[in-house]
Amino acid sequence: MARYLRYLVPLAIFALLVAFLYRGLSLDPKLVPSPLVGKPMPTFTLTRLDNPDVTISDADFKGKVTLLNVWATWCVSCRREHETLVQLAKTGQVDIYGLNYKDNREEANRWLAKLGNPYVANAFDSDGRVGIDWGVYGAPETFIIDREGIIRHKHIGPLTIEIINDEILPLVDKLKS
Amino acid sequence: MNAMKPLIPLILLLLVIASPPLPAAVTLESFTFPSKAEEQHFKDVIGQLRCLVCQNETLADSDADLAHDLRAEVYEMMKSGKSDQEVIDFLVNRYGDFVLYNPPVKPSTYLIWYGPFVLLAIAALLLIRAVGRQRQVREPEISAEERKRLEKLLGDDAGKGKQG
Repeated sequence: MARYLRYLVPLAIFALLVAFLYRGLSLDPKLVPSPLVGKPMPTFTLTRLDNPDVTISDADFKGKVTLLNVWATWCVSCRREHETLVQLAKTGQVDIYGLNYKDNREEANRWLAKLGNPYVANAFDSDGRVGIDWGVYGAPETFIIDREGIIRHKHIGPLTIEIINDEILPLVDKLKS
Repeated sequence: MNAMKPLIPLILLLLVIASPPLPAAVTLESFTFPSKAEEQHFKDVIGQLRCLVCQNETLADSDADLAHDLRAEVYEMMKSGKSDQEVIDFLVNRYGDFVLYNPPVKPSTYLIWYGPFVLLAIAALLLIRAVGRQRQVREPEISAEERKRLEKLLGDDAGKGKQG
């Protein structure tokens, strides 16, 4: 047995190393887990994107399961994601709110007019202060918020149909029930 | 002088290689500080924090848009008298431990903090075992007859002491 050990131990170490490296291939260092998941959403009061005279705040989210999607017109992946959001909104399964992050009000409204508006309402965060409170570091980002206003999930990067069907909607259904 | 000519490009190249790196093109916006010490303090704090956009840069070095915003945020907080810990907590609460270049010791980071010592201990154990085993290797046993033959073969050499 001892004789085999001298071959088996290096082999086992090698296999472990391969397993770790293989796992590393599918990990994205850009995805930083948010400490906000499981915590109440940060409070904010901002003007609405479509109307600078009307405000929108975290209180508007209470009592229903919602998505908060962080986007901007300068964000290339947001453009890719937008069509998916429009489709999701059409199903009527969940209310999508938007946080328009460090953007230009006119351009953002033009974008929605042209590409369709999946949002119930958009908060206009021109200086990105609210974005910092939400730990935003790269649009697009999407938060799932439950009825009590607790953040239940954060998705970093553009949503796709697969992600919506596999991650987002199952969790939304669970939170609704 | 003409003999030098072919060397000129080489000399220039060496100069470029040998010249000290340019000071990091910073970025300390237009922050004003009442004293040099406070400026240094600010730089120390942002130098400990990681930028989430360019993940291998500190908040002090990064030119990412978010880094500008966060520097401004840290500047405002420090100006309003917040302690270093309050500033760091502010960022950790929003972005997680990832913003710290110096991760805190807690169960999920035990491996990075203590892993190297565990490996060192395992290596030391293996070394001790290997050395111990080597000591145990005894001289092969030989019979009296063989010993006689051996001494005969060695002949005078055996008498010369330890040289052989």
